Amino acid sequence: MLRVSWKMLVGDTAKYLGILFSLAFTTLLITQQGATLLGILSSTTSFIDSIGGVDLWVVDARVQNVDDIKALTDTQVYRVRSVPGVAWAVPLYKGSIKARLPDGTSQNCQLIGLDDATLIGGPASMLSGRLADLRNADAVLIDEDAARDKLARRDANGQQQAAGVGATFELNDHRATVVGVYRGQRNFQSQPVVYTTYNRAKTILPNERKLLSYILVRLQPGADVVSVQTLIRQSTGLRAYTGEEFSSSSLAYFIQNTGVIMNVGLSAVMAFVIGGGIAGMTFYDFMLDNQRYFAVLRAMGTRDATMVGMVTLQAAGVTLIGFGLGIGAGAALLRFVLANSEISLTLTWPLLAAVGSIVVLVGVVAGTMGLLRVLRTDPAVVFK
Amino acid sequence: MSASAAASSATALRCVGVTRSFASSAGPVPVLRGIDLDAREGEVLFLVGPSGCGKTTLLTVIAGLLRRDGGECSVLGEDQEAMDKGQAADFRRANIGFVFQAYNLIPTLSVAENVSVPLLLNGRSWAAARRDAEAVLASVGLADKADESPSRLSGGQQQRVAIARAIVHAPRLIVCDEPTSALDHKNGEEVMRLLRQLAREKGSTLVVVTHDHRIYDYADRIAEMDDGRVVRISTPAEAARHDQ
Ligand SMILES: Nc1ncnc2c1ncn2[C@@H]1O[C@H](COP(=O)(O)OP(=O)(O)OP(=O)(O)O)[C@@H](O)[C@H]1O
Ligand SMILES: [Mg+2]
Repeated sequence: MLRVSWKMLVGDTAKYLGILFSLAFTTLLITQQGATLLGILSSTTSFIDSIGGVDLWVVDARVQNVDDIKALTDTQVYRVRSVPGVAWAVPLYKGSIKARLPDGTSQNCQLIGLDDATLIGGPASMLSGRLADLRNADAVLIDEDAARDKLARRDANGQQQAAGVGATFELNDHRATVVGVYRGQRNFQSQPVVYTTYNRAKTILPNERKLLSYILVRLQPGADVVSVQTLIRQSTGLRAYTGEEFSSSSLAYFIQNTGVIMNVGLSAVMAFVIGGGIAGMTFYDFMLDNQRYFAVLRAMGTRDATMVGMVTLQAAGVTLIGFGLGIGAGAALLRFVLANSEISLTLTWPLLAAVGSIVVLVGVVAGTMGLLRVLRTDPAVVFK
Repeated sequence: MSASAAASSATALRCVGVTRSFASSAGPVPVLRGIDLDAREGEVLFLVGPSGCGKTTLLTVIAGLLRRDGGECSVLGEDQEAMDKGQAADFRRANIGFVFQAYNLIPTLSVAENVSVPLLLNGRSWAAARRDAEAVLASVGLADKADESPSRLSGGQQQRVAIARAIVHAPRLIVCDEPTSALDHKNGEEVMRLLRQLAREKGSTLVVVTHDHRIYDYADRIAEMDDGRVVRISTPAEAARHDQ
């Protein structure tokens, strides 16, 4: 009888496709909105997440998020170093700068200055060149996307030439030579991220009095994080976040001050309500259309359990196929159409699971309502 | 097989003093006021009478789809109201076939699939059900329509499909509510002829509600109802004499 049930559903081609299409469309929209939200949120903290091996981020006491930079003085690095429990403390510069390319165009970039001695905070994954080459004259590292696109150079024929090791451009009238290309996470502004050393950043930006954005701290083995945080606060007046604290503080700041959750969340909810509503209503409509035939089947001796199985198959079938189509389209959209968008959009398992549960919810509600309708219909109506 | 040979002494249907009323704004309206009726196995019994006299209501009670208020009613010696819901469904599935005035074929299934449904419900495989459905379709003259959609058939053809569906699993009792009243004379007679012939072949008892005088000759006995009671039971020849 399950085969009969499935045929009853797909036999009504218009309704069947209507249900599938609206479920697929809902899935697609929610997936895209969800991926956008996750992409935006993770890009706000991607800089913090990308720097490993650091126990504490020390910043001005008023700083609440990673993009709110209040520069410190170099001497504060020494003061942090002298706090008991601190194994090492190094400076990190982060700021923006305009790069001038050989073809005369210019490009806004983020500039990161790493501690000259240790290069702590440098990119983890080099595609070409070596991190240590940053110590060469004028050396910088650029990310792979920038090398391919924003820092690429047009040749005489107007063709883009990827910027590799040896390519040069100017930062604030200072020559910069690419000594390596790394693989990095995309940041929110989708600007090229150029790494150099802390002292070279100072030379490039001679007019800025204070260049120290963060002090990166590693604790001595066995040191208690909270007490070192307190000691730093007491002896320097600076605030020491763990990476996790800094991430969540940045995230909270971002969410509170941009309304991004509201915007993207609202679109996702609307997609759910409209798409899910249409799918659910079409399915219910299908059940209404077939109410008479379900009553005939019950008169002919179909047990209630069999009816439940038949309707469940119909609801589960359209839900799964609709979800599959929607996720397929969503994955294709993220992979091919939106691949070069401002933020990185990826279909993660938690997102898949979340969208799946939402769509299953639609299927369960529609199926249950249809089933109740069928089971409540008096089979005696068959003679009416 | 002759009518007298098919009529055995076993009782297929027995109703004694069946009552049923429906609620209305003016209080309960009695529709069945004490029905006494029986049918032998293999018999073709017609239920006739003026509109609103309770024929369909009685048929629904007999089929086990509507509870009676009082009296007794057994089919094949079993009282369906004594069974639980699942058992009653199992009983109908095995023992009762249905033919409706409005055909009630499932429009999204093919003709052969519609006819297969009672067999599938009784646990037959898809392929076996299909084979038997085709055989019965051949006996109602629709072998070539097996894969059509029911909506592409004429009314007479659709009712022949419905007959095939009612009989394919050889139920002991087939209940029919006005099976010919949507059809013209020629198609009505053809449907009734097939219904009776197949019921005889399978040994099924037929209870047919009808208004249609033209098919009275196909009955073994005719029960005339009026205002919720059976007022006369006669043979077709006797009924024809009364009508004059
Ligand atoms: N479910 C119901 N609720 C209320 N009244 C009903 C119900 N079913 C039938 N009736 C009433 O019972 C009476 C008998 O109905 P029934 O359908 O049995 O008549 P019938 O003899 O089949 O008539 P017809 O020849 O017109 O089909 C009618 O007055 C009808 O309005
Ligand atoms: Mg009637």
